[in-house]
Amino acid sequence: MTRPDPSPTTVFAPWDDPDEPPLIRFDNVTKRFGDFTAISGLTLDIYAREFFALLGPSGCGKTTLMRMLAGFETPSEGVISLGGQDIGPVPPNKRPVNMMFQSYALFPHLSVADNIAFGLKRSGNMTRQQISARVDEMLELVQLGKFGKRKPHQISGGQRQRVALARALAKAPKLLLLDEPLAALDKKLRAETQFELMDIQEKLGTTFVIVTHDQEEAMTVASRVAVMDHGRLVQVATPERIYEFPNSRYVADFIGEVNLLDGAVLRKTKAGLTISWAEGQPPIAAQGPEDLQKGANCTFAIRPEKITISSDKPEGCANALSGRVLDIGYLGNISTYHVELANGQVIKAQMANNRRLSRRAFSWDDEVWLSFTDSAGVVLTA
Amino acid sequence: MSRRFSWFNATSLTLGFVFLYLPITILVIYSFNSSKLVTVWAGFSTKWYGVLFRDQAYLDAAVITLKVALVSSTLATILGTMAAWVLVRAGRFRGRTLFSGMIYAPLVVPDVITGLSLLLLFIALGLNRGIGTIILAHATFSMCYVSVVVSSRLVSFDQSLEEAALDLGCSPFDAFRSVTLPIIAPAVVSGWLLSFTLSLDDLVISTFASGPSATTLPMKIYSQVRLGLNPEINALSTILISLVTIGVIASSLISKRASVRRQRQEQQALAQS
Repeated sequence: MTRPDPSPTTVFAPWDDPDEPPLIRFDNVTKRFGDFTAISGLTLDIYAREFFALLGPSGCGKTTLMRMLAGFETPSEGVISLGGQDIGPVPPNKRPVNMMFQSYALFPHLSVADNIAFGLKRSGNMTRQQISARVDEMLELVQLGKFGKRKPHQISGGQRQRVALARALAKAPKLLLLDEPLAALDKKLRAETQFELMDIQEKLGTTFVIVTHDQEEAMTVASRVAVMDHGRLVQVATPERIYEFPNSRYVADFIGEVNLLDGAVLRKTKAGLTISWAEGQPPIAAQGPEDLQKGANCTFAIRPEKITISSDKPEGCANALSGRVLDIGYLGNISTYHVELANGQVIKAQMANNRRLSRRAFSWDDEVWLSFTDSAGVVLTA
Repeated sequence: MSRRFSWFNATSLTLGFVFLYLPITILVIYSFNSSKLVTVWAGFSTKWYGVLFRDQAYLDAAVITLKVALVSSTLATILGTMAAWVLVRAGRFRGRTLFSGMIYAPLVVPDVITGLSLLLLFIALGLNRGIGTIILAHATFSMCYVSVVVSSRLVSFDQSLEEAALDLGCSPFDAFRSVTLPIIAPAVVSGWLLSFTLSLDDLVISTFASGPSATTLPMKIYSQVRLGLNPEINALSTILISLVTIGVIASSLISKRASVRRQRQEQQALAQS
């Protein structure tokens, strides 16, 4: 996936450039509702042209963060700036920010075209012709050219979602907020719409901030993902880094499937760490953080697809564990094997089904070997 | 799903209709009685309608009643909608419970007491009692009905619609006018109709609030009845009943047609997607 960028030779990564000014800056922002602290001491930069995802379980504060950007909530402490300007005292109707609501919030008494024109009519500096031209342009963008005269109840759910997007984009905001935009769509339509959203974002170059609890959606669409928990940011990074290098058990567990093995550092050499984790099981060889001392507690996290299953003990692999197949979850393209080790620990391993089912290599109760390299997993201390 | 139309059902239906409509039916029939005596049938005639339309006192009372109903129900609708808005949307503020209690009080306080307290207030303020004070009194008691109807609609109203309007550049008042009001309009209209009807048939509060210069139709009928029954009153009542019936049937036909059309369009949209 290519990202819009002035110089096509460099990767789009403004967050790595210390000279790039952020479009949005949260500076030590706290939001309380009575006794409840929704956001606590949060600092975050979001850059222009980013597709930024706020990801977390319900109640983690992601929606509050977005509503503060839209202007429906004001921070209890701290400063939110947009393009270098404090937007705390600016009411929602004066902000260059538009929002696409989870319920779509289409005005039921207005036609699709009038819904899209709603914000344009209130900007005050457009003639009737300009407005109608802009409405046609937006309808074209979301492929609803023929539906302008319909009322919201006369179109399908997927079409309503597009109208909501077109209405939010019509005023060409600096920042578009999307609150769980695809939650109401079925799985297949949601996957298609994710790619459409990305196309539209690339075409317009508008900064998008999306709130979602669906980690797959965040990973698919976003340039960077912020994983939130209890009003704090746990990790902010690109989807690849979030998945491959989670900084904590919370992130590793929240994003995708993972095996978490608690243990302690047994030996520490230049080549890496050795982690003892269970009686009677060989220690795990892994690459880990430099500052981890011998004897320190840690968690070894490894994704199921990084583990290879074989019937014979593999030669020359850094780690090999022996166990018995307990369960097989068939998902079509891949299968998840639950393998029970001698100490009772169950490890999940995934294999791509590049053969037909009838020729599957392993079955229930087979004795198997699980193997992985010393760089396949991550050592976590938090 | 066909259920037998049992004897029990038939009896219930008949009893219900008899209790509701027998008095009204008798009144309508006797309005076409040619006799001057209300309880003696002497043949069909429409002469009492003629007498009624030549009776200036009734016509004056009718005009006053309509004026009062129009103005007071409009006033009550504006005040009641505003009150409902504050109660549903403003969140918690000091005195909210007191305010909501005060708004709904006229629903339970006896009319006599409402009327008496208004009379005392008008005297204390030195207002000349007449059509103006009747309008004020009617607006006062009917605004609570409006606010009940409107606030129940506001509670089920998706608040993100208002936020969307603000987000797209509306001031709070503009958002109310161009988004909230059109959507809650059916509730506002039914609140207006309700207070119009309440104002039309109010007797007790009007009696307290009016002065010698203003007599509403219910007051006129009541004072006439005390002097003895009169076929003119039957004719007048029949006219009022016909007007109300036509209004109710028309409004239910219109809303039914609208909901049928809406359902059909939604099914079309589903079929196309």
